[in-house]
Amino acid sequence: MKRVFKTLDGNEAVAYVAYRVNEVIAIYPITPSSNMGEWADQWMSEDKKNIWGTTPSVVEMQSEGGAAGAIHGALQTGALATTFTSSQGLLLMIPNMYKIAGELTPAVFHIAARAIAAQALSIFGDHQDVMSTRATGFGLLSSASVQEAHDFALISSAATLEARIPLLHFFDGFRTSHEVSKIEILPEDVMRAMINMERVREHRQRAMSPDHPVLRGSAQNPDVYFQARETVNPFYSACPAKVQQAMDKFAGLTGRRYNLFDYVGAPDAERVIVLMSSGCEAAHEAVEHLNAQGEKVGLIKVRLYRPLDIKSFTEAFPATTKTIAVLDRTKEPGSAGEPLHLDTVHAIHEAMDSGWGAFSEFPKIVGGRYGLSSKEFTPAMVKAVFDNLAAAKPKNHFTVGINDDLSHTSLPVDPEFSTEPDSVVRAMFYGLGSDGTVGANKNSIKIIGENTDNYAQGYFVYDSKKAGAVTVSHLRFGPDQIRSTYLIGSSNFVACHQTVFLERYDMLKAAKLGGVFLLNTSAPPDKVWDTLPRKVQEDMIAKKLRFFVIDAFKVARESGMGGRINTVMQVCFFGISGVLPREEAIEQIKQSIIDTYGRKGEEIVRMNLKAVDNTLANLHEVAVPGKVTSTLEIPDPIHGDAPKFVHDVLGTMLRNLGDDVPVSKMPCDGTFPTGTCQYEKRNIALEIPVWDSEVCIQCNKCSIVCPHATIRAKIYDPALLKDAPPTFKSCDFKDRDLKGLKFTIQVAPEDCTGCGVCVDFCPAKNKKEVRLKAINMAPQPPLRESERENWEFFEKIPNPDRRKLNPSLIRTQQMQEPLFVFSSACAGCGETPYLKLATQLFGDRMVCGNATGCSSIYGGNLPTTPWSHNGEGRGPAWSNSLFEDNAEFGLGFRLTIDKLNDYAKALLRQMSGQIGDELVKSILESTQKTEADIFDQRERVAALKDKLRGTDSEQAKQLLSIADYLVKKSVWIIGGDGWAYDIGFGGLDHVLASGRNVNVLVLDTEVYSNTGGQMSKATPRGAVAKFAAGGRPGRKKDLGLIAMSYGNVYVASAAMGARDDHTLKSFIEAEAYDGPSLLICYSHCIAHGINMVQGMQEQKLAVDSGQWLLYRYNPELAEKGENPLKLDSRAPKVPVEQYLMRENRFKMLTKSNPDHARLLFKLAQEDATTRYAFYEYMAARKLDGAGEATESK
Amino acid sequence: MNLTTTYMGLKLRSPLVPSAAQPLSDDIDSIKRMEDAGAAAIVIYSVFEEQLTQEKLELFHHLTEGTESFAEAQSYFPEPAQFELGPEGYLKHLQKARESVGIPVIGSLNGSTAGGWTSFAKQIQQAGADAVELNIYNIPTDLDLPGSQIEDQYIEVVKAVKAAVTIPVSVKISPFFSNLANMARKLDDAGADGLTLFNRFYQPDVDLETLEVRPNVLLSTPQAMRLPLRWIAILYGRVNASLAATSGIHKPEDMVKMLLAGASVTEVCSVLLRYGINHMRDLEQGLHDWMESHEYESVEQMRGSMSQVNCADPTAYERVQYMRAVTSFNPELYRAKP
Repeated sequence: MKRVFKTLDGNEAVAYVAYRVNEVIAIYPITPSSNMGEWADQWMSEDKKNIWGTTPSVVEMQSEGGAAGAIHGALQTGALATTFTSSQGLLLMIPNMYKIAGELTPAVFHIAARAIAAQALSIFGDHQDVMSTRATGFGLLSSASVQEAHDFALISSAATLEARIPLLHFFDGFRTSHEVSKIEILPEDVMRAMINMERVREHRQRAMSPDHPVLRGSAQNPDVYFQARETVNPFYSACPAKVQQAMDKFAGLTGRRYNLFDYVGAPDAERVIVLMSSGCEAAHEAVEHLNAQGEKVGLIKVRLYRPLDIKSFTEAFPATTKTIAVLDRTKEPGSAGEPLHLDTVHAIHEAMDSGWGAFSEFPKIVGGRYGLSSKEFTPAMVKAVFDNLAAAKPKNHFTVGINDDLSHTSLPVDPEFSTEPDSVVRAMFYGLGSDGTVGANKNSIKIIGENTDNYAQGYFVYDSKKAGAVTVSHLRFGPDQIRSTYLIGSSNFVACHQTVFLERYDMLKAAKLGGVFLLNTSAPPDKVWDTLPRKVQEDMIAKKLRFFVIDAFKVARESGMGGRINTVMQVCFFGISGVLPREEAIEQIKQSIIDTYGRKGEEIVRMNLKAVDNTLANLHEVAVPGKVTSTLEIPDPIHGDAPKFVHDVLGTMLRNLGDDVPVSKMPCDGTFPTGTCQYEKRNIALEIPVWDSEVCIQCNKCSIVCPHATIRAKIYDPALLKDAPPTFKSCDFKDRDLKGLKFTIQVAPEDCTGCGVCVDFCPAKNKKEVRLKAINMAPQPPLRESERENWEFFEKIPNPDRRKLNPSLIRTQQMQEPLFVFSSACAGCGETPYLKLATQLFGDRMVCGNATGCSSIYGGNLPTTPWSHNGEGRGPAWSNSLFEDNAEFGLGFRLTIDKLNDYAKALLRQMSGQIGDELVKSILESTQKTEADIFDQRERVAALKDKLRGTDSEQAKQLLSIADYLVKKSVWIIGGDGWAYDIGFGGLDHVLASGRNVNVLVLDTEVYSNTGGQMSKATPRGAVAKFAAGGRPGRKKDLGLIAMSYGNVYVASAAMGARDDHTLKSFIEAEAYDGPSLLICYSHCIAHGINMVQGMQEQKLAVDSGQWLLYRYNPELAEKGENPLKLDSRAPKVPVEQYLMRENRFKMLTKSNPDHARLLFKLAQEDATTRYAFYEYMAARKLDGAGEATESK
Repeated sequence: MNLTTTYMGLKLRSPLVPSAAQPLSDDIDSIKRMEDAGAAAIVIYSVFEEQLTQEKLELFHHLTEGTESFAEAQSYFPEPAQFELGPEGYLKHLQKARESVGIPVIGSLNGSTAGGWTSFAKQIQQAGADAVELNIYNIPTDLDLPGSQIEDQYIEVVKAVKAAVTIPVSVKISPFFSNLANMARKLDDAGADGLTLFNRFYQPDVDLETLEVRPNVLLSTPQAMRLPLRWIAILYGRVNASLAATSGIHKPEDMVKMLLAGASVTEVCSVLLRYGINHMRDLEQGLHDWMESHEYESVEQMRGSMSQVNCADPTAYERVQYMRAVTSFNPELYRAKP
C-alpha cells in the first residue's frame, strides 16, 4: 500500500477519521475543538462519504449538553455516533456520559483537552476537563501528537465496539489540536479492516426498535440499583485487553505500534517519569538526550488511562526503577494528589501485593503539576523533574514551569538546557493577523512536508486582542520525526513582518548564534541599520546574525496584493533559508498558489505569482556593522501613571514576560482592577480621525458610534483653555440651554484603531469640498505626539455635570463619560458601541454579568480591561460566569441587590430615631428616577454612612455594610446571540419570566462570532456560516416576539446605525422599566464579510430593507390602555436582496450555489415582508379597557 | 401579413426583440413568458468582465479578512470546494435559456481586456448562443487619451471576437463618436454582423440631501428614439451590418418608424419594465394593424424605405434640418399658461 503523507493539524487529523467511521455526528462550537465539527459539517455539505459509502449526518445542537443528548439518542437507536468538544462543553456532556457508559454503549468522543473556567476562563490546553469525567465510566485514551491523534481516532473507534465501553479520546488543546504536522494518512482500507462489522451489527441489534422493543433507562430502587451497577465489571476488566488488541491489529496494518503504556528510555533506568498526552513528546526528546549523555532515565507514556490496567501499567516500569515522578496536567485543589499521581501510587501498591511488575521494594513516588492552560512544557522542565528525582528527598506535589514563590512548590529549571538537534531547521515569524503570515507559513509547511522527505511542524501563537492582532509562527523542519511539542527557544531564522514590532518585541531573544534576521522595512538597505533600536543592533552583533531586508509592502502593492505580504515573505524565507533549492522552492510556491487560490479566481493567482516573481530582486542582504549606533530604546508598553499592580503585573504581561509573573503576584481569587486598558498604548491605527470644528454640527454621532471610545466630546468653561496645548482645537458650544461653553471633539491617537466608522457616520459635509466631513482620516504617526498631548489635556478637563446633560439627546448624552474604553474588539466592532452607551448612561450603577463570547474576551481577557470607573471610583462591576448560565447569573445579582436593599430599608426604619427621621424618610421615599435624584440619594447615603460610622452598634455596622444598596443599582445581563438564542435560551426565558428588574442586552451578530462564525438560531435565512455551509435554510428565531408573549417584559429591537436616537431611547426605557427588559441590538461583525468601515451603513440597510425591525414593546403602555408595541421602522423601502448582496455571508452563496441562493433570497424577502406586515398589524391594534386587543379603527 | 425579418442572418418571426436588461432576462420563467408574448429573439443581459474580476477580489478579501489572527476564530466562513466566479453562472443561465425557448438567444458581454472578450465570446458560443452582442460600454476620462485610440481599441476587440467565434457578432455602441458614420464603417469592415444603436449609459445624479453622486438608471423616454432613428436612416444601405434599433421604442408607431428608417429589429426594454412582458403582444398587434391599415405586406417591404438613401429629402437627416427646425420654432407654444 502506498504511504500517503499530508500536513494537517490535530483537529483535522482526528475529524478525518471520525467522519469516516461514524454515521451521526452532533456538534457545538467550542475552542479548541470547533474545527473538528467544522470539518465534519463541511464534508457533509460536500457529500463526502464515510467508509460505508454513506454521508454522515452532521447536526449542530444548541449546546454541548444538547449534542451529548442527541448522540445518546443516536447511539440508542443503533447509529455509530460521535461528537467533539472541550472544556465546559465536556462538563455539559457528563450527565449523558454516565448514561452512555451505564448502558454499555460503544462510542467515542474526541476531545481537544482544555482548561476549565475557575478563577478565570482559559481557552488553552490541559486535562482539567478530561479529568472531570473520570467517574462517568468512559474509558480515557490519550494521544500525544498529531499522528497519534489520527491513529487513536481509529483505534478508539475500533476498540469501543469490541469492548462496549465508550471511550474519550483526548489530545492537548492547541498543542496538538492546532499543531500542523506532517503525518501518514490512514487509508480507508485500514479503517475498514479495523472496524469489526460483526460488532457494528451487534450494536444495531441492541438498539431500540419497535420491531424488537425493549425498555432501557428504567428507575431502580435500593433493592437492585447497586447490584445492577456492578454488572458492568467484566466489561471494564476486559476493556484494556481489547484496546491493546486493537492497537496490535493497527500495528499489523500500519507498522505503527502502540501499547497501553509505552516505555521509553534506558532499560536500567532508576528514575522514571509518568505522564500523558503531548508532554510525552517533549519528555521523549529529553529522555533520549539525557541518556545519550550517560544518564539512566526513562518515561512511561500512558495511553489508556481508564480503565486503568494496573498489571500492564506496573509491568511497563524497568525493574531498576527507584524513583518515579508522575506528572499531571491538571489541578485538584484539596486532593491528596492529582489523579494520575494517586493512581500510580495505588497501582504500584496493588501490583506489589499481587506480584505484578518487577518491583522488589516500593519506589519513591512523587507527583507534580505542569502545563496548565498550555503553559510551556520543555525538555528543560523534564530535566528539572529528573533532577528532583535525583535529590535525596525529592519534592512532592511540585509544580514545574512556573515560579511558585507562594507555596514554594516549583522546581528550578535550567533555562540553558536545550535538546533541539542541529538537524532541525527552526524558523520564527512575527506577523500581523491581517498580513497573512500564518497562512503563508502553513503553506510553507505543506510545501516542505509534502514535497520532501523532511518532517515538518508548525505551531502558531495568537494574540488575545482582536484588533491589530499579532501572530508568532514557530516552524520546524528536519529529517527525523519532530517531537518538540514546545515553542522554539533557539531559532536559525527570525523574520519580522512588521517594522513596528522592532519596538514591541524582543524578537532576537530566540535567535541562534549565526542565524538569520529578516526584516520587512520601507527603509532602504543602506539606511536600515540606523532605524533599528539599540537592543536589536546589540543582539545582531553579539549573535553574529546575517541580516536581510525587503520592502514587502512595496512588492505586494506593486503586485496588486495590497497589505498582504504573505507570499512575498514566504519567498524570502525560501530564498534565504535554503530548506529547498531556490528554483525548486519557487516552483513549489507557485504550484501551491495555483492549488490554494485557483478556485478563487485567476486574478488572485496572477497577483500572487507576480509577487513571487517580484520578490527576490527586492531582497537585500545588509552587512551588519561592527558597532552599535542607535540610541533608540524599546519603549515600555505601559504608559502613564499606572498603579503599581498594573505596572508590575499587567505590565509584565504586556512586555510579553507573563511567564515570569510569580504566583504571589497573581490575585488569589481572580479579581482585577478595572480601567486598565487606558495604560496600554497600542498605536495600531495607521490613520486617525481629525476634527474640523468649522464643519462640525456638534451632533456627536461620531462619538456614539465609536467602537473603542477613542473619539470623545466635552463642553467646558472657556477659561480652561488657557493651559491648552498649541494644537488643541475648540469652538463655541451651540446650545440653547448650555450657553457660554466651549466644545471639543478629541481623539485618543494611541488607542484609536483607525476603523473609520466615525468618519463614515459623520453627517456633516464640507460645503466647499464635499468629500471632506467634520472629521477626516489622516495618517497617525505625524499626529501622534501633538494629539497625545491634546488627549492628555482633554482628559484633565472635568466631565460636565451629568445632572445638566439631557440624556435623551445624543449631542448632550454623548458627553457623559464612557466607562467602557479602548477595548481590544475588532476595529469597527458593531457590539461595543452599545456597551459603551450603556456605561455612559448607567455605568456608575451597573453590575454586569457577561456571557462567554466576544464581549467577555474583549471585555475580560488579560492583561487589561476596557471596563472602567469614573473619577469617584464608581463604574460597572463586571464578571463572566459561563456561557450557558448568564441570565441566571445576572438574576442572582438582582436577588442580592433587592434583598440587601430590603434589609437596609428595614434597618433604616428600625434605626430611624438614631439616624434622624428626616434623613431616613428622604432616603426611603426617593424614587431615583433621574440622574439628579440618584445624585441626591448618593449624598443622603453618604450622610447616613457618616452617621453610622460614629455608631458602634451591631445594627449600625450591618447597615453601614449594605447602605450602598439604598442607591439604585442597574443589573445588566450581556451576551451574544449564541448565548441568548441557543445555549442560554432556557435560562434567559426563565429570567424574563421571573418579572425581576434586569436588563438583558443581546449583542446580536447573528452568528457565533468569537469561535469563528458558526450558525446560531439568530442566523438569518440564506446566510452562509460554519455549520450552514450551504446557507441557513430556516428563518431567524424571533426572540423579541417570544419575550413579548410574557406581556410584562420590555422588549426593544435596535440598530444604532439605522437610528441612533431610537437606540438611545430604547436603552433609557429598558433601564427605567421596573421589570425584565430585553434589548436586541443588531451588531455588524467581521464574521459578516463586510467592509467594517461601513458597518453602520449595513445596519441602516438592514432596517431599510425590513431585514431588521426597529420596535419597542413597553408593558407600561398596556397598563395605560395603550398598545404596548411601537413599530419604529418604516415600511421597507429597498428589496432585501440589495442588503444581502452587500454582505459576503449572503453573497458568497450566489457564488457557491447560485440556484439555492436565488431560492433562499426569495424566501428571505418573504420573511421580511410578512414579518413587517405582522408587526404592523400588531402595533396597529387598539387595547380596550381590559387590555384586550381589538381591531384598530 | 409577413412580419418576419432577417437580423445578422437569423430568420426572426418579427422585428420585436427584448434587449439586454437584467430584470427581463434573469430568470428562465420571464424568458419563456417573453417568447409566449411574441419575442422574436432575446438578448440575455450582459456579463461584465470587470464585475467578475471585482467579485473575485471581493470574495477573496472577505474570505481572508480577519483570518489567522485570533486563536478562537482562525476563519469566519466555511470554504466550499467550488465557487462559480467566472462567467459560469451566466453561461449556465444562457444554456438553460437556449434549452427552454425556440427563438434565437443572443448572449451579451461587456469586456475590459482583449483576453476577456475573446474567451467569454467563445464560451457564449459554446453555451449555445445563436449570436453575441458586444456591449462596448466605457466612459473614457483620461485627458491624454485621443479618440482615435479609443476607436482603434473598439476595432481590435471586434476583430478578436470575430476571429474567436463563428456565430454572428453585433456591436452595441454609444452615439458619442466624432464621426459615427466612419466608426460604423470601421466596425463593419472589422466584421461586425450587426450594429445596435444605441447604448444608454447609467447617468450619475446628485442627491441634494446627502450630497452624494448616485448612479441612476432612468427608463428611456419616447423622445430617446430620435437619435437612433436618425443614425439608422443614415447608415441603412451604406454598411453591410444589420441594424438594430434600441432606445425609446415604446409604441407600435415607434417600431414602424425604426423599420422605415432601416432597422432589422427593434429592441425594447423600458416599455416592458413599465407595462410588463405582455405589452409585447400589443406592440406586435399595433405593428400588424399599422401595416394593414397602410397596406404594407411585409416588414421587408418597409425596411429602409425612409432611410436617407431612399427618402425624398436626404438633408432632413442632416444639420441643415436644424436651421429649419429653429426657424419654425414658435415660442408662444411653449410659454407657461397662467
